[in-house]
Parts: sequence; structure tokens; C-alpha cells
Amino acid sequence: MSAPAPSMFSTAAQATAKGLGLAMGRSNLEVFADTLLALAQTDRQILAVTSDSRGSGKLGPFSQAFPDHLVEVGIAEQNLVGVAAGLARNGKKTYAISPASFLTARALEQIKNDVCYSDVPVKLVGISAGVSYGALGSTHHALHDLAVLRAIPNILIIVPADNFETRAAVQAAAAADRPIYLRFGKSPMVDFHDSETPFEIGTAIEIRPGHDLAFIGTGETVIHCLLAAAQLENEGLNCRVVSMHTVKPLDTHALFRAGRECRAVITVEEHSAHGGLGEACGAALLQAGISPRFRIVAIPDEDTVTGSQADIFRHYHISMEGLIQIGHEVL
Amino acid sequence: MTDHELKLKSIRYRRDLLQYIVLAGAGHTGGSLSCIDILNVLYNRILRVFPESWTDPCRDRYVQSKGHSVEALYVVLADRGFFPKSQLETLCRYQSPFVGHPTRKIPGIEMNTGALGHGLSICVGMAIAGKMDSATYHVYTLLGDGELAEGSNWEAAMAASHHRLDNLTAILDHNRLQITGRTREVCNTEPVDAKFRSFGWTVRTADGHDVGQLTDVLSQDPERGKPTLIIANTVKGKGVRFIENVVRWHHGVPSAEELDQALAELDAAEAALAEASE
Repeated sequence: MSAPAPSMFSTAAQATAKGLGLAMGRSNLEVFADTLLALAQTDRQILAVTSDSRGSGKLGPFSQAFPDHLVEVGIAEQNLVGVAAGLARNGKKTYAISPASFLTARALEQIKNDVCYSDVPVKLVGISAGVSYGALGSTHHALHDLAVLRAIPNILIIVPADNFETRAAVQAAAAADRPIYLRFGKSPMVDFHDSETPFEIGTAIEIRPGHDLAFIGTGETVIHCLLAAAQLENEGLNCRVVSMHTVKPLDTHALFRAGRECRAVITVEEHSAHGGLGEACGAALLQAGISPRFRIVAIPDEDTVTGSQADIFRHYHISMEGLIQIGHEVL
Repeated sequence: MTDHELKLKSIRYRRDLLQYIVLAGAGHTGGSLSCIDILNVLYNRILRVFPESWTDPCRDRYVQSKGHSVEALYVVLADRGFFPKSQLETLCRYQSPFVGHPTRKIPGIEMNTGALGHGLSICVGMAIAGKMDSATYHVYTLLGDGELAEGSNWEAAMAASHHRLDNLTAILDHNRLQITGRTREVCNTEPVDAKFRSFGWTVRTADGHDVGQLTDVLSQDPERGKPTLIIANTVKGKGVRFIENVVRWHHGVPSAEELDQALAELDAAEAALAEASE
């Protein structure tokens, strides 16, 4: 395996987080697995379907508590999603759990037809998403999933930023009787919401107010936006930070407010620059006639650089320092 | 319903589906004629699926994996009373619910299918759900020959025996042709029986146009803990001589003259059947 991964945060970023009173939580994936286990305690229709992915999905405790509620299909993602659709069509509250890279590429046709087009309420859980697998390389990266799923009707796309958003998103998804894609990384995440924050699918959360610049991030990039905003504050720049946890449908209300009230909008995502959050926001702003200075921070259309998730984030400016630099460039 | 009545129905179904394909100007003629006797026996003798209670959780499940033969399914569902037959006049028309592949917009249809290699996985999920709930329903799917080249079928075949799904029956419409030509020449899937047996399935065969044989084989109890494949040996385009076994009729649409010729042949078959029963 690879050498120990460097921290996602530089020493300066860690100091900034400490200054904001933020502490490191657990991985969103672990929080997902715990939340699913808690939901299954009271709802015996909940099933996890896995493609040899119970370990990588942190489902050990779930499978021990509810061995009859975990359906294993082996390394066969197409069958995973088809089976999940058949189970859900028969009243089972089904979570198909598999690495995002394989789930949303290899089984895309099953997602499109068996889940979305057939309108069967499967919850598709893409684990170790984005560049979570780091140096394992592009075969294991999921930088296409938001783009391909955005183009398929009848699916919600949720990318929680921290442990709080993860717990809330899994609970909200469980209550929603429709196809949903949940995307989780496996790195420990800094928790920045308090437990009183309201969470609603489709409603972005403004984490920090501001009017000079708006960072609109999704998933594990949001913390880097927050740290950059805190540093830019020291330079007298007042930066808004928005967690766009629901990528589809986009919260255009929050987006348009940011576009109207701030001089610049920077979108940040752990995804290809093509077809993800940035292009969704850009198209929506343009069609609404709102034209702030605008920049998409994402993984460009190239052979992704080798390295850990932290290396790749830093390489493509998804870091406190990188986003400060982009902020300066845009303003 | 007697065998004679079923045979009469098969002729009428063939007549109907040809007429609707011509009206729509599109359809999968050869495959629909190939599987119509199988659907006839399923819906009139085997499946516990009824229009007045078709969402009953106890109903049997039928998922048509070879979705392109939807005209056969629509015609049988109309005859069974799931919707008025006249609605089929809108088949494939602008804003019609009758899409050219199975859709849940139509009462009686469980899942949207049409992309090949999906039905068996879906049925594995349905059968696992049935086992979990100790339900009495049985799950059926209809597969095509060419479709077996899709790898997802084999993922599902493995999972079905691994999960001991004796409440699952797949029927292969084994007409040996696909859009390009003979399946044996396009990409040989034979020996299908040995392949499924090696995957842990019970394999049975029947003449896919003999309603008696189909009834018998579909009525047999499954082997405990094993899914069942029924290889229904069929003729693509069965019932209309100029369509039978001709590759181009995979999705060929008859001209007005060809339709007349086909209907005359079916009328003659119906008359002969009536005469034989007297």
C-alpha cells in the first residue's frame, strides 16, 4: 500500500481551524454506517446490499447486528443495482453501497433504467468518492458521478460536507420515498455545523455570511472554503461560505443570492470541472442574468496527478492556501 | 381454460400484435411472434396476477427482460383486462403511455425494461425479498437468446443460485436468432443448458409453441434451493410463414399487402383449429 497519507490540512490550515474552534470528527462514511445502523434498529425493512464492499463501507457493525438485512452479491455492480431495484420494488428500503467509481460507471445503465426510469426508491451510496483512493489512481477515482447522474431524470444527488450533514442527509434520505444518490469520502472530516443547524434536502446551508466573495462548495471541499474565508477575513475580505450539499436539485435561491450580493462566486468540488457543481451553478447564474466574477475550482480535464487525496487536493487548489490564491485572482 | 381455447387465443394475439405493429409503424415482429405462446400460458394459466388486484403484494411477479417484444405483452395484458384494447391504437404515438418497451405507466407492468440484461437481476432482488418475507409469490422473467451475451445475466445467474432462489424461474425464448443473424454465429451462447446447470440452476426444456408442454413445465415444482431455467424452443416469427426464421423480421414492419397475407394465414389457422375440434 501507499506511504502514510499526509494531512489534508497544512499546519497553517490546522491553526486556522483551531482558531475557529473546530475539531476533527470522523469520516463521513463511518457516520453514514452508524446512522444506517441506528435507523435499522427501528425500521426492519432497511437492507444494505453490497458488492464485496461491507468492509470498505464500514458495515461490519451493521452486518453483525442485522446479518439477515445485508444482501451480498459479490463483485458485480450491475447486479448490485438490479437486485437493489428488485428488492426496493417489493417494499424493502434498500441501500446499494459500493465504491462511487464503480457504482456510478459500471452500473450506470442499471441506475438509469432500473432505479430512476422505473422510479424505484433505491438509495445509491457511493463510498470512497472523488479522489478518496488517492494514489490508487484514476481507475478508483469518481470524478464523473455528479455529471452523469445530473443528466439522469428522477434522482436527488446529495454530497454531505461534514459529520452533521452526513447524519442529517442519511436520515432525510431514509424518509424520502424516491431514488437518491449519497456520496461519501473516507477521510476524517472537521465538523463545523452545530447540531441545531436545520438540514433540508435541496436547501443549501450558509455557514458564514459575507459580501465580497462567495465560496460555494460541496462535500469534503467545504471545510477548505471555510478556512480560506477565515484567512481572507484577516485581509479585510468578507467571504460567504455556502455548503451546497444537494447538487441536484440545486438551491438556486442561495446561489442567486450569492451571485447578486457578492462581487465574485467561486465554486469548489472534488469532481471533474465538466458537468459538476461549477457548471451547474454557472449555467443557472447565466440564465438568470446574474454575472458575478466566477471561477470553478475542480479537477481539470486531464490525467489526474498521482498522490494522496491531500496531494491531489493541494495540486488543484482545493486547500486553504489554494483557495486564498484563487480568491485573490478573482477579486 | 382448455388447450383449444389457449390455441385460439394465440392466433388472435398474433393477429392483434401484427395489426398494432403496422398501425404504429414500428415494433419487434419476429420476437413478439416467438414469445406469444409463452405469454399466453403465463398470463392465462400460471401467473397469479389479475387486473383488479395487480398491486396485491402476494401477486406473482413477471418482468419481461427481453423488453423489445413488448407488443406481445401489451396484447396479452389488454386481453386479460388490464386496460381497454383500443388504447393500443396509440402505441408509439406522440404522448402515448404505450412506449415501444415495457413501462410502468401501463397497469400490469412491474418494471421498465428494454435495455438487455436487466430483468434477471431485478428478479433476483424480487425473489430475495420474497424469501425474506416468507411470501408465496413466484418470480418469472423472460430472456432472449441474443440477450444472454450481456454479462449482467451471468452475475445474476450466480447470485440466484448462491441465494438459493427456488422461487425464481427464467424462461428463455430460444429462437436462435438476433438482430444481426444466428446467435450461434454472432457470439455463440451455447450450450445454454450446460452453462446454467454449471451455475447451479435446474434446467428444463419445452416446445415454446406447445401450450400443453409449456403448462406442464411451468407447473412443475422447483428443485429445493435452486432457481429454474426453462429453455422454450421457439421459432422467431412463428405463425406467419414468410416471417418465420427470417432475420430481417427482427423489427421489420409488414406492408399493407404483407399484413393481409399474414392475417389470411392466421384466419386459415383459426379455421383449421376450429375444424379439428369439431
